[in-house]
Amino acid sequence: MAEPLIRMMNIRKSYGRVQALVDANFHVNEREIVGLLGDNGAGKSTLIKVLSGAVPLTSGDIFIRGKKVNLRSTSDAIAHGIETIYQDSALVTQLSIARNLFLGREPIKPPRFLNRMDQEAMNVVARDLLKQVGISKNIPPTTPIGSLSGGERQAVAIARAMHFDSELIILDEPTNNLGVAETQGVLSFVRNARDSGHSCIFIAHNIHHVFQVVDRIVVMRRGKVVADDIDPKKTTVAEVERIITGMSDKEIRDAIAEGRPSHG
Amino acid sequence: MENHSFIQSFIARAEFGPLVLLIVELAVFWGINPDFLSPQNISNILAFTVELGLIALAMTLLMTSGEFDLSVGSLFGFSPVLMWTLYNSGVTSLEMGLLIALIVAALIGLVNGWFVTQLKIPSFLVTLGMLLVVRGSALFITDGFPQRTWSAEGSWLANILVGDFYVGPFRIYASLFWFIGAAIVLGYVLTQSRTGNWIQAAGGNPNAARARGVNVNGVKIGLFVLSSLMASLAGVISSLRTSAANPNSGTGYELEVIAMVVIGGTALTGGRGTIIGTVLGILILRVMRNGIVLIGVPGLAYNIFIGAIILGMMALHSWLERRHQAGT
Repeated sequence: MAEPLIRMMNIRKSYGRVQALVDANFHVNEREIVGLLGDNGAGKSTLIKVLSGAVPLTSGDIFIRGKKVNLRSTSDAIAHGIETIYQDSALVTQLSIARNLFLGREPIKPPRFLNRMDQEAMNVVARDLLKQVGISKNIPPTTPIGSLSGGERQAVAIARAMHFDSELIILDEPTNNLGVAETQGVLSFVRNARDSGHSCIFIAHNIHHVFQVVDRIVVMRRGKVVADDIDPKKTTVAEVERIITGMSDKEIRDAIAEGRPSHG
Repeated sequence: MENHSFIQSFIARAEFGPLVLLIVELAVFWGINPDFLSPQNISNILAFTVELGLIALAMTLLMTSGEFDLSVGSLFGFSPVLMWTLYNSGVTSLEMGLLIALIVAALIGLVNGWFVTQLKIPSFLVTLGMLLVVRGSALFITDGFPQRTWSAEGSWLANILVGDFYVGPFRIYASLFWFIGAAIVLGYVLTQSRTGNWIQAAGGNPNAARARGVNVNGVKIGLFVLSSLMASLAGVISSLRTSAANPNSGTGYELEVIAMVVIGGTALTGGRGTIIGTVLGILILRVMRNGIVLIGVPGLAYNIFIGAIILGMMALHSWLERRHQAGT
C-alpha cells in the first residue's frame, strides 16, 4: 500500500501538566479530504497546530510520504507543502487580492536591485486562480480583501495554497459565520482543490458541512484519535455524534432535552 | 460610464480629502491676503516645510507598519547638537561629526525597534522613553545652551544640504531637492516594491504576514532606523540653514509630524499609507501655520486650527472608508 501523504505517529503535546495530545495517530492520503471532528478540548486544534508548525510537539514523529520531517515553524510547514488557512488571520484586508496571493513571494521585475513587484504578472495569475477556484463573479484582482465576503476570502486563501503547490491544505473552521450560499461556495472550493490534486483537512463545528465535503472522518476525544476511518456515505450524523461525545443515544437525547450541548 | 467610475475612484482615494482641503486653504488665505502667494512667502513656506517633511515621510512608512515614533523631535534637536559639539571641540571635522550623528541616530532607531519587536512593548511607550533620554542627553551635553554654528558657512556640506539659489523671484534651498528625492524614493518603496507590500502587511495583519514568511520584526526595526535617520538629517539641515543648534529645538515636532501623516490619509492603526497624502498633509499644516499669521490671527491660536483639521479629516477619512467598503 502506498505511503500516505502525511502520517503523524504517537504525537504527544503537553502544556505544563495538561496533556493536550496523548499518543495521537493521524494520517491523510493523497487527494483526500479528511474531516477532523471532536468536542471542545478534544485536541484537534493542537494536532493541527503541531502539523502546521505553530507549536512544537513534545514527542512523536511526523512523516511526509514516508520521510520523517521536523516542523519547527510555520515557514517550515509551508516549505514542506503544508498550508493552514484560519478563518480570520490568513489575509491582510488592506491589501489587494493579488498582493495577498503573492505576499512573501512577490515576483520581481528586472533589474532585481530595484525590488519592483511585477504587478501585471501578479494580476494575471490572480485572475486565473480566482476562476480556477470557482469564483464566478468577475472580481478584479486589485480589489482589497476588505471588500470581499467571508466566503470569497476563504476562496482567495484556498487559491493561494493551490497556486504555491501546497500538497496539504488545512482549513480551520472555514464555514464559521458564513451564510448558506457562501458555505456552499466554500465547500465547492474545497472540492475543486481536491480535484486538482491537493489534500485537505477540514475542521468544522457543523457536522453537516463536514458530511457534505469529506472523503473520511476522523474523530478525536481527550487528546486521542478514537476513530479514523469513518466513511460519511455509510454513517449517519447521529452515529458520529455518539463517537464524538462518547454518549449513548439516550444520553444524547437527555442532554439535548436539558439544553446541554451533545457535541461542540 | 468609465469617466464616472474614474471620478468615483478618485473621490474614494485617501488623498482626495487632503487635496481639497489644501486647495480651499490656499484660496482662502490668498483671498484674504494676496501677499500669501508672493514669491517671498512661498519661498519661506517651502524652506521650513521640507525639514519637518523629511521626518513625516519616514513616519508614513513606520505608521503604515503599525508603529509610530515619538522620539523624532528630540533627535531633531540632539543630532545637530552632537555634530557641532564634536566639531567645536576640535574632535572631528564637520563631515565626520555629521556621520557620527547619523550613526548614533541609527543606533537609537535600532534600540527603539528592538524594544518594540523583541520585548513587545508598545512603540508609544518605548519612543516616549527614548524622547526623554535623547532630549535629556542634548541638554546635558550643552548645559542647556545653544552651540556655536557659524563656522559652517561656505563648507561643501552646508552647500549640498542647504545651499540656496534663485529661480526667478523664488529663493530655493537645496534641501527641497532632498525632500523631493526622499518623497519619490519612499513613495516608490511603499507602492511598487516588495518591501512596501511587507510594510503594509506588517501593519495590516502581522500574523498573516509572518505566516507567509515575511520578516515582520526586521521590517519594523528597519523603519525605526529610517525614522531616526531622517529626523537626524532634518535637524542637521535646519541647524545649517538657521545657523543655530539649540538642544530644545524640535520640541513638539513629533505630534505635528504624526498629524501631517494622519491628515494625509495614512491609517493610525497601520496597514494603509500614502506618501502623496503625507506631502499634502505637510503642506496643509505648514500653509496653515504661515497663513493664519499672515491674515492676522494670533499665532498662539494655531493649535486650535490644527486640532479642528485633524478632527475634520478623521471624520472625512472614516466616511470615505465606509463608502469604499460598501462599494459605493
